[in-house]
Amino acid sequence: MVTAEQVWAALDEIPDPEIPVISLVDLGVIRSVDVSEGHVHVEFTPTFLGCPALEFMKRAIEDKVPGADVEVVQDDSWSTDKITAAGREKLREAGFAPPAPRLVQLQSQVHRCPYCGSTETKLENLFGPTPCRSLRYCTSCRQPFEQFKTI
Amino acid sequence: MNELLLGLADDELIIGWRDSEWTGIAPVLEEDVAFSSIAQNEIGHARAVYELLTDDADALAFDRAPSEYRCAPLVQLRLLEWAHTIARRWLYEVADEIRIAALMETVPLAAKINREEAYHRMHAEMWRERLQDEPRFRAAVEELWPYALGVVLPEQREELASRVGRDEVAAVERGTFDDSFAALHEEMTMVRRSAPAGAQW
Repeated sequence: MVTAEQVWAALDEIPDPEIPVISLVDLGVIRSVDVSEGHVHVEFTPTFLGCPALEFMKRAIEDKVPGADVEVVQDDSWSTDKITAAGREKLREAGFAPPAPRLVQLQSQVHRCPYCGSTETKLENLFGPTPCRSLRYCTSCRQPFEQFKTI
Repeated sequence: MNELLLGLADDELIIGWRDSEWTGIAPVLEEDVAFSSIAQNEIGHARAVYELLTDDADALAFDRAPSEYRCAPLVQLRLLEWAHTIARRWLYEVADEIRIAALMETVPLAAKINREEAYHRMHAEMWRERLQDEPRFRAAVEELWPYALGVVLPEQREELASRVGRDEVAAVERGTFDDSFAALHEEMTMVRRSAPAGAQW
């Protein structure tokens, strides 16, 4: 009989389709896993609504946990604060500036370069190649980088 | 069907469609990226709201006759001119913020949409600051103002007027259609209509 822990572990092996360095669990889109009498129920909450990866993620969950019933919850339960600490570190290591916690971001407006750690960065474009990214430029190490938007 | 939510979804679909007309032809490359991304977000919001209203979002988005859409005339206008486009983006985002805020307590999805719209508002506000003294931009705001009022409910118009810094005038209301809307609808639904009924993609 499958356990909830095994389901969580399996879901942690599914990479984000657009940022494969982090898993769906790191991304915080798995809201709950419920196992009762061998039946698996997974609650999945989308990140950005226009993201074409959503359908892909849902199918990846169904493939990884055969027979699971995946419920898409479209409330306001996901924000970038749901990305785990491990997920943030993986993003940074991949040269992808992780989103600052909402409260910090609203007060500080500081954006740190994922390569050299400098806060001397400037906005190039609020929008980028996917809905979740902005484009910034580090004036210290002269490196453009992608910033995960805080939402 | 909830007319308020249908109006919101139709607005988001059609403004997304109109914004996407700048893909490939914006005056600067960064705006090409920005408009494409904003359009993608808006159409994503439309889809999510349609899904609240129906099991078949595509049918609701594409299978209605033009006269059955509930989108405000502001979003229908074909504006292939940058000052007008920015004026519409700014007016639309101010109006949209007021209407979404009013829905947030009863519709959890509205709160989610609101998080993403924050970036559209920053973009629109940045452009407004840049163009606010340009005569072409001021004329465009003047021209589009009655249309902007039509995006929100009558009881929300006083707040919109105060945020935009203008006096209330007669609004161009939902249920009226711009001459360019039929052509937009024709093009928007072309691929879906060309496929045999029940086609799977």
